[in-house]
Amino acid sequence: MDVRFAAALEAIVGRRHALTTPQEIRAYAYDGGVDRSLPLAVVLPGSTEEVAAVVRACCERDMRFVPRGAGTGLSGGAIAAGDAIVISTARLCRILEIDAPNRIALVEPGVVNADVSAAAHPHGLRYVPDPSSMAACTIGGNIAENSGGLHCLAYGVTSAHVLGIRIVTPDGDIEWLGGKTVDTPGYDLAGVFIGSEGTLGIATQAVLALSPIPETVQTLLGIFDSTDAATAAVSAIIGRGIVPGALEMMDALATSAVEADVGAGLPTDAAALLLIDIEGLRDGLEGTVDAVASICRERGAREVRIAQDGPQRDLLWKGRKSAFGAMGRISPDYYVQDGVIPRSQLPAMLRDVAAAGTKHGLRIANVFHAGDGNLHPLILFDKQKEGEFDRALAAGADILQACVARGGSISGEHGIGLEKRDCMPLQFTPEDLSFMDRLKSAFNPDDRCNPGKIFPTGRRCGESARTAKSGTLDERTAALAGEPF
Amino acid sequence: MSAPAQPHGIGTCTRCGLCQQACPTYRDWRLEADSPRGRVEIVERIAAGERPDAAMAEHLYACLGCRACETACPSGVPFGDLLEFGRREVERTGTLAPERGGWRTFRSFVFERVLPSRALFGAMMMPAKTLRHMPTLARLLRSLPMSSGARRALAMASIETPMGNGRLPAHSKAIGERRARVALFTGCVMDALFGGVNEALVRVLRSSGCDVVAPSGQWCCGALNVHAGEQRRALAMARRNIEAFERADAEAIVVDSAGCGAHMKSYGRLLEGEPAFADRAAAFAGKTVDATEYLDRIGVTMNRPPSARRVTYQDACHLAHGQKIRQAPRALLRAMPGVEFVELRDADRCCGAAGVYSLTHPAMSQRVLDEKLAKIAEAGVDTVTVTNPGCHLQLAPALAQRGVRVRHVVELVDEAIHHSSRGTAF
Repeated sequence: MDVRFAAALEAIVGRRHALTTPQEIRAYAYDGGVDRSLPLAVVLPGSTEEVAAVVRACCERDMRFVPRGAGTGLSGGAIAAGDAIVISTARLCRILEIDAPNRIALVEPGVVNADVSAAAHPHGLRYVPDPSSMAACTIGGNIAENSGGLHCLAYGVTSAHVLGIRIVTPDGDIEWLGGKTVDTPGYDLAGVFIGSEGTLGIATQAVLALSPIPETVQTLLGIFDSTDAATAAVSAIIGRGIVPGALEMMDALATSAVEADVGAGLPTDAAALLLIDIEGLRDGLEGTVDAVASICRERGAREVRIAQDGPQRDLLWKGRKSAFGAMGRISPDYYVQDGVIPRSQLPAMLRDVAAAGTKHGLRIANVFHAGDGNLHPLILFDKQKEGEFDRALAAGADILQACVARGGSISGEHGIGLEKRDCMPLQFTPEDLSFMDRLKSAFNPDDRCNPGKIFPTGRRCGESARTAKSGTLDERTAALAGEPF
Repeated sequence: MSAPAQPHGIGTCTRCGLCQQACPTYRDWRLEADSPRGRVEIVERIAAGERPDAAMAEHLYACLGCRACETACPSGVPFGDLLEFGRREVERTGTLAPERGGWRTFRSFVFERVLPSRALFGAMMMPAKTLRHMPTLARLLRSLPMSSGARRALAMASIETPMGNGRLPAHSKAIGERRARVALFTGCVMDALFGGVNEALVRVLRSSGCDVVAPSGQWCCGALNVHAGEQRRALAMARRNIEAFERADAEAIVVDSAGCGAHMKSYGRLLEGEPAFADRAAAFAGKTVDATEYLDRIGVTMNRPPSARRVTYQDACHLAHGQKIRQAPRALLRAMPGVEFVELRDADRCCGAAGVYSLTHPAMSQRVLDEKLAKIAEAGVDTVTVTNPGCHLQLAPALAQRGVRVRHVVELVDEAIHHSSRGTAF
């Protein structure tokens, strides 16, 4: 790390918020995914202007930079790939305004997702997108990944709930994309920015749309002895024209981990569980709940439970939301995939997932947004065991290949990042990718902002930069840690 | 350097980050290395054989040890155990930052000399006891220039605590039909400054049909030692308590300090490597119950309104996060006649006391306390109840100025059974 550059960063954000020693920056080598890579430095600006100043300092020295929020992402999007500094939005964490009559919130990117709904709650409003990590993940990262969530089946993902974004461009300029109204004339630049995985600039403020809290919510738990029966029930519910607020599925392995965490009384002997929120006006809700319960029973549910009160409902959802982290109870490491398939393909796809597990000798737990066909197979492995991480990556690649073969996509909401960049050719032609690259270049011509993400490097899907080398993940991380600062 | 023996729970953290917002230091500083997963990362490096340097030590000591991250963690990472391991290795092999120069002296004096010795601890407590009877002297001392840590210690020393009448009988018979024989853990700080709480607990247990023994030979549980990375004396203190309570032959060991209880429940793990003590430590741990947990379990009859009207409860970290006990104290408070129980917003967030943290990290401790005080003000109560002496000492000086009392839950239970009979003889 160049001493003068470090001094320049310190001059902008203060000494405490410019981290340059190995001890401090090592904590930024990871996110919630499986990739690990050290930045050259980490800065934590305290305002939009400081972000812009840091970016301009990077431009002057041709330094590359990676925006980072809470670091809960699952595709390596917030870690530095190669020589770059991390610009953290963790200190930009104020809710600037809740405008109840206009149902909007103005927030900084480091605001925790769940805190927006908590602040809107006294006004009878909520911020709908609710990723499972909502207690920790932040709005900036949600925008970067166009995050989904449990209730996005009925209400749409992040892009449907963000009206405007103030950004610092990769050149260090400050711009507003979109605004406070539902539609702004001209190109939908906010729409372009959302889901761009931090490659088009750094969000420093966002105008979020708030929605009324539904009058009533009923939560059903459908208990099935076969995953086929559960997936058939999913298709039947949607086929009947019912749009549940959320429609989630967990298999037996996932349930066992979740139950160990929350103790919600989930049956660990069931093959599959469906967790269903029916929400809306009180009138008529009972009829919908009855209809969903009878569809589940028709399709072979051995039992359908209805949560009796708020705390019981919260406990069921807490279990679902903690499912990824709960894998730590049954395995030292996990690698979560994020494929999407048409709902009708669910039964066949689950067999593909099981086959990938058998082929690579690894256990795979399944948790997913069944309602919109977004799978989250959790591939369990132990990074300390020689070759297991590589096998996990290979199993993941097989699953993604199967998703594409079944007419789906390689990512629903976790992003491509580092992790799946070499799987992009499974789904896109070189022409498609080149077209995307032209869009990126319009914002980020020098590839200075979050370099190395999304676009393939030429390796095979499932073969990361490090897996080409031999050794365990820890040895590779150690090798990285030994690189000069 | 060789890798130390691997601590329990190493490798269970998946870096999902769900712990971050539960952490008081992360919420305030927003630095990853001062978040739970950042600290786990540091501990994992130490476990892998890396020698802890001053920066790593600083991050581990900046932690309050509140274990709120354990509640947030879906993966079941035993953060408290990992932290104790990390600090132990820091003390064994590591270096500290120059500005922490005083820590080692403080540490060796407090944890290796004072806490293991009942006599020395008692002598150290004398000034505190004296100060209470001499408010003018306390005011004079407060006007002197001193460090913020010393100022805080002085504030704690000069507040009114329920010292009791100093007469805790070795044996007390159950009143009415005998339902159980229990042993009372009297502790160090509880014994010295909160004797009145121990006495109230004995009265409540007797009235609820328990024979109560207070075994001689017991002393400090050693929790503060392990939290500060001190193990040798901590092991000796655990062994001494195990022996003392074996002689008591009681079916439960009741403790009214959450921090002690959490540590006593972990004696099994602490001594699992010692064949002569492993089973006995596990048996001790298995018998240990928090006072509120036990009273809620056996059921108490409360007929009289205690001297508090609008009451809230501050979760002790080592009760809520350490022992997963939240409902028992609340159930007792709700069942009291004439008491309106109000839930405190974010009641299970640390108050900033955190053992000796308020003395070693006064600035952060004060910010955490300020946040807590604002929420207590919001609740509009006349009494805040606690289950741990650290919380009591942290909250009382600030709340006294606002006319809000701090009471142990057991004190109010006692009043609700015996009608403010704090002076009643045994």
